[in-house]
Amino acid sequence: MEPTAGSGDPADAAGATASVVTLHVNGVARTLAVDHRTTLLDALRERLSVTGPKKGCDHGQCGACTVLVDGRRMLACLLPAVAWDGARVLTAEGLSEGGRLHPVQAAFVARDALQCGYCTPGQVCSAVGVLSEAAEGHPSLATPAGPARTGGGLPPPVRLTPEEIRERMSGNLCRCGAYAQIVAAVGDVAP
Amino acid sequence: MTGAGRAAGDLERREAREKVTGRARYAAEYRPEGRLHGRPVPAAVARGRIASVDVSRALAVRGVVAVLTHENAPRLAAPQDPTLAVLRDDRVPHRGWYVALVVAETPEDARAGAAAVEVVYEAEEHDVVLRPDHPGLYTPEEANGGHPAVRERGDPDAALAAAPVLVEAEYRLGALHNHPMEPHAATAEWRDGGLTLHDSTQGGNAVREVLAGMFGVHRRQVTVVAEHVGGGFGSKGTARPHAVLAAMAALHTGRPVTVALPRRDLAAVVGHRAPTLHRVRLGAGPDGVLTAVEHLVVTRTSRVREFVEQAAVPARVMYGCAHSRTAHRVVALDVPTPSWMRAPGEAPGMYALESAMDELASATGVDPVELRLRNDTDREPDSGRPFSSRGLAACLREGARRFGWEGRDPRPGVRRAGGVLTGTGVASATYPVLVNPSRASARAEPDGGFRVAVNATDIGTGARTVLAQIAAEALGVPPEAVIVEVGSTALPAASLAGGSAGTASWGWAVHRACTELAERLAGAGGRVPPEGMAVDADTRGEADAEVPWARHAFGAVFAEVRADTVTGEVRLARLLGVFAAGRILNARTARAQFTGGMIMGAGMALTERSSIDVRFGDFAERDLAAYHVPVSADVPDVRAHWIEEEDPHLNPMGSKGIGEIGITGAPAAIGNALHHALGARLREPPFTPDRVLAVLRRTPPG
Repeated sequence: MEPTAGSGDPADAAGATASVVTLHVNGVARTLAVDHRTTLLDALRERLSVTGPKKGCDHGQCGACTVLVDGRRMLACLLPAVAWDGARVLTAEGLSEGGRLHPVQAAFVARDALQCGYCTPGQVCSAVGVLSEAAEGHPSLATPAGPARTGGGLPPPVRLTPEEIRERMSGNLCRCGAYAQIVAAVGDVAP
Repeated sequence: MTGAGRAAGDLERREAREKVTGRARYAAEYRPEGRLHGRPVPAAVARGRIASVDVSRALAVRGVVAVLTHENAPRLAAPQDPTLAVLRDDRVPHRGWYVALVVAETPEDARAGAAAVEVVYEAEEHDVVLRPDHPGLYTPEEANGGHPAVRERGDPDAALAAAPVLVEAEYRLGALHNHPMEPHAATAEWRDGGLTLHDSTQGGNAVREVLAGMFGVHRRQVTVVAEHVGGGFGSKGTARPHAVLAAMAALHTGRPVTVALPRRDLAAVVGHRAPTLHRVRLGAGPDGVLTAVEHLVVTRTSRVREFVEQAAVPARVMYGCAHSRTAHRVVALDVPTPSWMRAPGEAPGMYALESAMDELASATGVDPVELRLRNDTDREPDSGRPFSSRGLAACLREGARRFGWEGRDPRPGVRRAGGVLTGTGVASATYPVLVNPSRASARAEPDGGFRVAVNATDIGTGARTVLAQIAAEALGVPPEAVIVEVGSTALPAASLAGGSAGTASWGWAVHRACTELAERLAGAGGRVPPEGMAVDADTRGEADAEVPWARHAFGAVFAEVRADTVTGEVRLARLLGVFAAGRILNARTARAQFTGGMIMGAGMALTERSSIDVRFGDFAERDLAAYHVPVSADVPDVRAHWIEEEDPHLNPMGSKGIGEIGITGAPAAIGNALHHALGARLREPPFTPDRVLAVLRRTPPG
C-alpha cells in the first residue's frame, strides 16, 4: 500500500487521501489507487465494475454486500478498501467461474430461493461462508451446548439443521421473503 | 392441489442464473462514459422556507462538479404529482424533502459535498401527530383506488343499537415502510436531445410520460429501462424524485449521472403506508350472524399531496349484512407523503376487521372459522353484484384441515409451558382483481423461434417466466421456444407492476398477440415467411371494460404463536395460508409471492414499527437497524397452498392477482393467535415486548 498524493515525505504522506492497493478479486490481481474513504463495496462496484455485491443500506444492516474475504464472509460496505491490501475477495461472480454454478448457486436456482434478486449475491456468499463456518465447528446461538471440551484439536463440525441455517443466515435480509426457499437451498448443500 | 396447470406449472425462473451469479444489472449499475454521482441533501426542518443556501464550500470540495438548488436547477414544467416538484421553490413541506443535489466525480466526493452545503431555514411550527380528534380532519372526495370515502347501507345505527351482540373496538396501526432491498436509483444520460434513464421503477411507461412532460420533450425522445428491479412493494409504482433529480443533473452537467438514494432517505421521499386509526362496530345475533358492520378509518396525508389509505374498503366486500357504514377521514400534516405499500387499504383494513371478527367469535362462543363461514355471501354486500367466484369458505375449510384446527380448545391463556403461552388464530384474506390495458407484440421467426415483447417490469415476481408460459400455451409450443423481452419503453407500452395486476394485464395482451399469431400461422400452413410474421395486440377497451361481477381473490391465514410472559417476546411458530386466486399459472413463483406477502404481514404484526419524532417531525426509524423487517429466524415455518378455482369472468388465463393478498390476513391471524395465547388482546401492532408486557401487567393470564 502506497500513498499516492504527496512526495514521499512523511509529512505529505500524512495528508494523502488515496493509496495504491492490490485486491485479488475473483482470482485476478487488481491494482488501483483508492480514496481512503472508499469502502471495499464501492471499490468493487464503482472502480472495478464488480456489481454482484449490492448496496442495500451501506451501513452493515442488510447483508446485500456480503462477500468472502480471505475465505470469510464479510460486509463489504463496512471495510475501508485501503485496509485490505493483498486480500483475496470472492464475489458471486467469482463463485461461478467458467460458467459452472457453485453448488450453492445451483441450489438457489433449483429451490427458487430468490425473487427480485437484489439480496441474492449476498445471500449466496453468506451461505458459502456458513458452510465453512459450520464445517470448522463455529457455534451459533442455535447450536446446542456440547460437553465441555478439554485439550486441543479441532472442534467437531456443526450439523446445519434448518434452525441453524435460519439463525446463521439472519444477517441477510430478503424483503421479498424468500426465506423458506433460501433455508431449503442451503440445506440441500449442507453435508 | 399443487396448481400444476395447463401452462406447464413449475418452471425455473428465467433470470435466476443471472441473479445468483451477480450478473443481473440494476439501475445504478450502468456506467456510461463520464458518469457522475448525485447525492441529494434532505431538508432539516419539518416546515418552513429556505432562507438561503450557500454552496461555496460544497463547490470547493474536490471532485464536486455542480450543486443544484432551487436557485439554479433547470426550470421544468410543473409535474402532476407534486412530490416530484423538487428544487422548484423555497418551500419545505416536510423534513427530508430534497433541497439540493450535489453532483461529483465519485460517491465519496458527492457525499462530502452534500455535507458541505449550508442551508439556512426559516422554520415554522410543525404539526405531525395524527389524533382521532384532530381539528383538521375532513372527509375526502375519495380514497385511494377511486373508492368513495363514505358508503352507507340500511340503518347501521339502529341495527347496531338493536343487535343482541355488539362488538366495539378500536385498533391503531403505525406507519409502515416498503423498504425494497434495492434503494431507489436512476442513471440518466442525455444525448442528441433524448434522455435514456435506467430506473428502479415498477413501470417505465408512466415514468416516461412524467419525465417527457416535465422536461418538455416528446415521449419518443425518452427511453426508460428497468431490466432488473430490486423490489418495490408500491414504493416504485410511479416516478419518484430520484429519477427527476438524475435527469435534471445530467441535463445541467451534460454528463451521465447516477442518483442512488441512501437507505436513510427512503422513508421521507418514496412514500410509506400512512398510520390508520380504526373504529369497528359489529352487530350480530347470538349465533354470530352479522346484522351490521361499521368501520371508520382516520388517517393522515402530507401537505404535498392527498393520499387516503382505503382501509375501510375491505369491510364493503367481506361479509354479508344488511346494514353497514364504512368511512374515511383524513388530515393533512407536515409529514412525508404517504403512498402505496403492498395491499394499500386491504392490509390495515383487514387487520382491524378480522381482529374484530375474532372478538365477535369470543363474544358469541362461535368458533372463529365457523363464524366466518356463517357470514359468507355470494354477493358483494356493498355493490350487490355477484362475485365472479368466491373461494373464502373453501380456503377456510382447507386451511383448517391442513393446520389441524379441529378440536382446538377455544379458551384463551391456558396453554402454558413454563413462562411461555401458546395460541392459534385465523383470519380471512382478500384482494381485488385489477387489470389494466396493455400492448404486446408476438413474432414468429423463420428459424422456428418466437419472440414476445411487452414493457412488463419484473420486480421479483417472475414476469419473464410466466409470460413465456402464457405465450407458449397460446402458440402451442414449449416455453423454451419463446424469447420474452421486457423492461424497456422501447417495447410495446404496458401497465405497471402494481395492484397485483401485472400478470393479468401483460398476459392478456401477450395471449391475444400469440393467439392471433398462431391463427395466422395456421392460415399460412405453418410456414413462416423469410422476414418473419408479427402481430401486435392492444387490450384497451377489453381489459378495462365494465363487468357486472365483483371480482376478488380470497384466502384464509392460520397462525400459531408463542408468547414469553417474562420477556414479552412473541415468536411465530407457524403461519399457513390457503388462497383462492383463480388459476395459478406458475406454482413456484406463485408460492413465493404468497409466502413473501405473508412474511411481510408477519413483520407488520411483530417487528415493523415506525414512529414520528415529534420534535424533528420525521420518522425516527429510518434505517434497517431501527426499522425491523423480518429475518429468516423470525419466520421458521411459513406455508402457502391454494385451491383450484375456475373463473371464466377474469381474463383469458383465468388468473387473479397474487402479489398482495399474502400480506392481508396474516397480521390479524397473528394478533388473534396472540389473544388466544395470552387471554388479553393487543390492538396496536407490532406486538413488541414492551406492549405485550404492558398488557400482561393489566390483565395477567390464567
